[in-house]
Amino acid sequence: MDLYNEARKKNLEFTTRRHFLKKCGTGLGGIALASLMGPQYVFGSNGAAKSLDPVGVPHFLPKAKRVIYLHMAGAPSQLELFDYKPDLQKLHGLDCPESLLKGKRFAFIQGVPKMLGPQFDFKQYGQSGTFISDALPHFSEIVDDVAIVKSMHTDEFNHAPAQLLLQTGSARSGRPSIGAWVTYGLGSENENLPGYMVLVSGGKNPSAGKNAWGSGFLPSEYQGVQCRNSGDPILYVSNPNGMSRDIRKKSLQAINEINKSQYKEFNDDETLSRIAQYEMAFKMQVSVPEVMDISKEPEYIREMYGAKQSGASFANNCLLARRLVEQGVRFVQLYHWGWDMHGDSKATSLNEGLKSKCEEVDQPMTALIKDLKQRGLLDDTLVIWGGEFGRTPMRENRGGRVMPYYGRDHHTEAYSIWMAGGGIKGGISYGETDEIGYYGIKDRVHIHDLQATILNQLGINHEKFTYNFQGRDFRLTDVHGRVIKDLLI
Amino acid sequence: MKTIFFKSIGFYWVLVFVTSCKQDKIDFNAQVRPILNKNCISCHGGVKQSGGFGLVFRENALAKTINGHRGVVPGHPEKSEMISRITHKDPEMRMPLEGEPLSKGEIEILTKWIEQGAEWQEHWAYLKPQKVEVALDDLGWGVNEIDYFVFSKIKAHNLFPSNRAEAPDLVRRLYLDLIGVPPTNEQANEFINNPSDEAYESLVETLLQSPKYGEHWSSMWLDLARYADSKGYEADRAREIWQYRDWVIKAFNKDMPFDQFTIDQLAGDLLPNPTKDQYIATAFHRNTLNNGEGGTDNEEYRISSVIDRVNTTWEVWQSTTMSCVQCHSHPYDPIKHKEYYTSFAFFNNTADWDVPTEHPIYREYDSISTVELEDVKEWITKVSSKGEADKWEAFIRIQEPKLRPEDFDETFKTIHYNRAGQDYMEVNNGAYVKLGNVDLSNIDRVYINYSQHTEVKGRLLITKDSINGEVIGEAILNKSNGFENLPAKLTSGVKTADLYFQFNSKAENYSFALDGFLLVNKLPANDEASNVIYGKIDALLNADFIRSTPIIFEKPKDFGRQTQVFDRGNWLVLGDTVQAGIPKLFNVNNRLFKNRLDLAEWLVSDDNYLTGRVIVNRFWAKLFGRGIVLTSEDFGTLGEKPTHPELLDWLALKFSNEWQWSMKTLIRNIVLSETYKQSAVISEEAKQKDPQNQWLARSPRVRLSAEQIRDQALAVSGLLSDKMYGPSVMPYQPEGVWTVVYSDDIWKTSPKEDAYRRGLYTYLRRSSPYPSFISFDSSERETCLSRRINTNTPIQALVTLNDPVYFEAAIKLAEQIDAIEGDSKLKVETAYKKVMGKRISPEKSEILLKLFEDTNAYYKIHNDEARQLVNSDDLELASLTVIMNVLMNMDEFIVKS
Repeated sequence: MDLYNEARKKNLEFTTRRHFLKKCGTGLGGIALASLMGPQYVFGSNGAAKSLDPVGVPHFLPKAKRVIYLHMAGAPSQLELFDYKPDLQKLHGLDCPESLLKGKRFAFIQGVPKMLGPQFDFKQYGQSGTFISDALPHFSEIVDDVAIVKSMHTDEFNHAPAQLLLQTGSARSGRPSIGAWVTYGLGSENENLPGYMVLVSGGKNPSAGKNAWGSGFLPSEYQGVQCRNSGDPILYVSNPNGMSRDIRKKSLQAINEINKSQYKEFNDDETLSRIAQYEMAFKMQVSVPEVMDISKEPEYIREMYGAKQSGASFANNCLLARRLVEQGVRFVQLYHWGWDMHGDSKATSLNEGLKSKCEEVDQPMTALIKDLKQRGLLDDTLVIWGGEFGRTPMRENRGGRVMPYYGRDHHTEAYSIWMAGGGIKGGISYGETDEIGYYGIKDRVHIHDLQATILNQLGINHEKFTYNFQGRDFRLTDVHGRVIKDLLI
Repeated sequence: MKTIFFKSIGFYWVLVFVTSCKQDKIDFNAQVRPILNKNCISCHGGVKQSGGFGLVFRENALAKTINGHRGVVPGHPEKSEMISRITHKDPEMRMPLEGEPLSKGEIEILTKWIEQGAEWQEHWAYLKPQKVEVALDDLGWGVNEIDYFVFSKIKAHNLFPSNRAEAPDLVRRLYLDLIGVPPTNEQANEFINNPSDEAYESLVETLLQSPKYGEHWSSMWLDLARYADSKGYEADRAREIWQYRDWVIKAFNKDMPFDQFTIDQLAGDLLPNPTKDQYIATAFHRNTLNNGEGGTDNEEYRISSVIDRVNTTWEVWQSTTMSCVQCHSHPYDPIKHKEYYTSFAFFNNTADWDVPTEHPIYREYDSISTVELEDVKEWITKVSSKGEADKWEAFIRIQEPKLRPEDFDETFKTIHYNRAGQDYMEVNNGAYVKLGNVDLSNIDRVYINYSQHTEVKGRLLITKDSINGEVIGEAILNKSNGFENLPAKLTSGVKTADLYFQFNSKAENYSFALDGFLLVNKLPANDEASNVIYGKIDALLNADFIRSTPIIFEKPKDFGRQTQVFDRGNWLVLGDTVQAGIPKLFNVNNRLFKNRLDLAEWLVSDDNYLTGRVIVNRFWAKLFGRGIVLTSEDFGTLGEKPTHPELLDWLALKFSNEWQWSMKTLIRNIVLSETYKQSAVISEEAKQKDPQNQWLARSPRVRLSAEQIRDQALAVSGLLSDKMYGPSVMPYQPEGVWTVVYSDDIWKTSPKEDAYRRGLYTYLRRSSPYPSFISFDSSERETCLSRRINTNTPIQALVTLNDPVYFEAAIKLAEQIDAIEGDSKLKVETAYKKVMGKRISPEKSEILLKLFEDTNAYYKIHNDEARQLVNSDDLELASLTVIMNVLMNMDEFIVKS
């Protein structure tokens, strides 16, 4: 069955759930109910009105089945990594012209800052001849597989609102995240794992907190499930000490038998649904620790990513991301914190801090693309890498003072991200910025355009994909967004 | 083929016959509006008016469209473009474009409607609720008017009401609905042994008087109020606002009438001499988010809070989606873009702003300062009145009105820092600040709120009308302890003047931070004692406080903000200036509005058709799992229609008139109805005919709320604490759940009984709420939430199976059961009775007994596992714990039915 029909069929199963239940409810024999119903039923059911179910999704044949989003929280500098601006070097140390400051709002820059040249050298790589900074030696090997978008722009110049805009389509809290939208529309491909999983590294959650993977007004089952690096990989997935799998199985059987008896008495379909959820929970108790255990990977694969046996690192999370998508998880969201290079300390300097951040991500993200590719997964897995905004071509001068290190302020007008797989062209650069990387001057891509494009690759028309809340049809892309056709194969 | 043709023709004629004979006059709301909403309004609404034709306002429908035709010409369907387009032969012209054509019946209705004059009728929710008299002799079924309305719908849908629920189910339902926790076995037995109507009634009374009643019903309101213990966004720091939560609990428990409940929360600060409680009530609108992230623009997030207050007010009291009008006129309801900003104006003049101090706050002092404050009040009461003393108390505690940098008319040698956590004016040597046209008739003192780090002396001169004007006050600024209030006497002797505050120092690079000025009224008497009193006031204004709550405080009129329309909702692009008011649609008696108090009073007046309906619907939804209007959050055109419109109006009118807004009376009347008391058993027939239970021929089965599920587990195991009120608590939570950037706040498990308090006291950090609550669909409280959508997921199963809180409850319960003398059958059956309040069925008993025996056999071999499980050598305790864990995961346990 092709992808389109498969998705259609699953959706159909989902929407005809009541009918299905009726059929099997009468002669309920074993308790293998959940497996009969399919994952859509488990991670995609709700007790509320049927009108909540998504209609007609996917709208057309999808190119991508799943997404891995690598969010660099704190916003990496495009000028040190992807957007090569030799002319900016010539202006290094000069006062920023008035024309660039007039009418602009900055987070920290005050008065007249100085221009700041790129802090790393660039060279050309691949058949495409793409310019990549010396800070990303591994990444330079895969430039022909990725599309670099240099003309991203956003509306928000503070981290939390900008991350929310990127992840939820709105700068204010309370909207569903893109992963929640996608699983709401497409469900999970694996009945033993949640459809939307989140992995965090860098020591901190992103500024937007857990709202960045929240379900907003969508039912809570669509919120991202955070995989933890210590303790339970998913909260409460382990049995209490002393409760063996054997006893757990027996007790779950008892729960389900009691519930069946309850169903006979009250005839409520939600009771059947609960029986299915408990079965699923039982399966997750095995499947989650298993998929999270990277020691199962061969040595050379772990080395390829630079993954460690345990602990939280971006490398481990990239490897986990591959394991998760391999298992059919629909949306894997990574956050790697600590890219906010203002220059107020060594750790937040471009020369030191940014360099070490690059060292943390360069090898693993490259390995992820190579690994997906060698497994034939890259074609239908969409990978996106980027921050929530860009950095100024001016050196930050917080409070009008000279900062101890080189750093850049938050910048909304232009920044770079890259995308790969899932029907995205490889070896291209899209969009252009001016000679100092301040404004996008060609093919500007707004956050909502990026979101529209991601949904498009998953077979979803972002204008038709709505959810009614507080009397209004909400979309991920609000009333904006256009699919960037030139990026697509 | 032919038969079908004739059939449809036949149907058509029957329809025409019906419409022309039985209902001579077309009913716009019943017949026309549904057709327009379904087929036309998405392109011809309030925002998108394709071809210049819109159907939200009659005037638009009648106006000329872009091509010069009129869509609707009253009395003349043949001249109406709408009719010619919906009947057009050319598919490129025929409306709706790319959609199915309208049916003949629909076309007929529209044609007739135009023929009859195309009269417009407001949407049902905007019409006055109609009084319906019900003769109690004539109920047919049930005991009160509610039953009459429900029964008529049950009949109309060919259903039958269900029998009354079994006593054990009914008593459990009543406890869960009224106080949120199930009855103890003793409490349940009391009713089961005497399930008479009188006993039921008296139980309802007892429960309504229980302090737990307020704790339970507060949750609903706290979701609407978006109450939380943190400020939101990046670092998501703590906010001390729990006194508001306690205020809500107390208001419910003392059955504060809903009109007062409304006015105190929306405009308590504008009442004459507000009490402490009335100020705390205004914290309703201080639950908005605050963004302290580095580099954020304070004004942007102040505006964001005001927007949230507008949207929340309209949603909570009117179920009207005002947020749609922020950027453009309402797409479906007759509300105009500009009218958003007349609402905005009500809320745009409060003194709070987006800073970490959360000012204005209501301060509470330690005992020493409290005595001082009492001295001040006593003296003022003596020389003047208690009212005057109360005013001074409020001034001391709140320290408003304060004139801040945004109120300064002119400044020199100053820099206003207004980003992120900062909002102050840097004042440099030789600087001045001008306050224009100040009313000095009753003012003889000013406090300068400033912070100075250095030992250098600064000198303040206050001159009148110009920099070189008469000096009417002075003060010396020294190093301060953070921000302090420094008094300066004013000797103006005039009514109004421009005040110039000039700051000089011998030290060239002298500078300090200025927050603002408090202009202070004269004390009511000027005698020897008044100097002492001034001394006490000075000290109090700089005294440490032990507790505070952010409140709403209106800025003085002379320094009020102007409200301008935000073009397309963009706060940086300003349009026309507007005055406070409500949308024309709602202003049925052309009331005049000055401020929030007028707004609050209108909401609970006879001139408001929505409040009563909206509020009774919220209570109904909480009791029945779905509202009479399913979309509790939207009573507008796109919301669901009421299933029982007459019942809704009847309840609304009773609530606001006869019952005098008593929420307890409302609940009492609902739970005394036979409708409420029905069994929740679903007959196969009812399941077919009414799967969603719209017509209430049975009681709903509803999953308990997140808070209830935890409270119940703690209650049946005897762990639940009865302690009420106070700062939020931190029950056990796994390590590593809080990893919030730029924040050292840690989750520290509360000691003793505080770890076992009811769910509503659990600390709610917006960016990282209590995990098990979120799994069970609780709100993150970022924005107003009218209804939680219940889901059913494996993650929930993992919570009640494995969350240590639930497992501890299982052990606790097992210990009690273990102590019982008797065989395992008795133990298992007692345990079931303890959690469900009723006798176990033989089938379930057998299942549990078998599990008990299997587990026991297993643990006899695996001693060490049993010991790990319960930390005891008692094998039976381990097996019983497994049983209790099962009981607390039964569908019937986490559902009320």
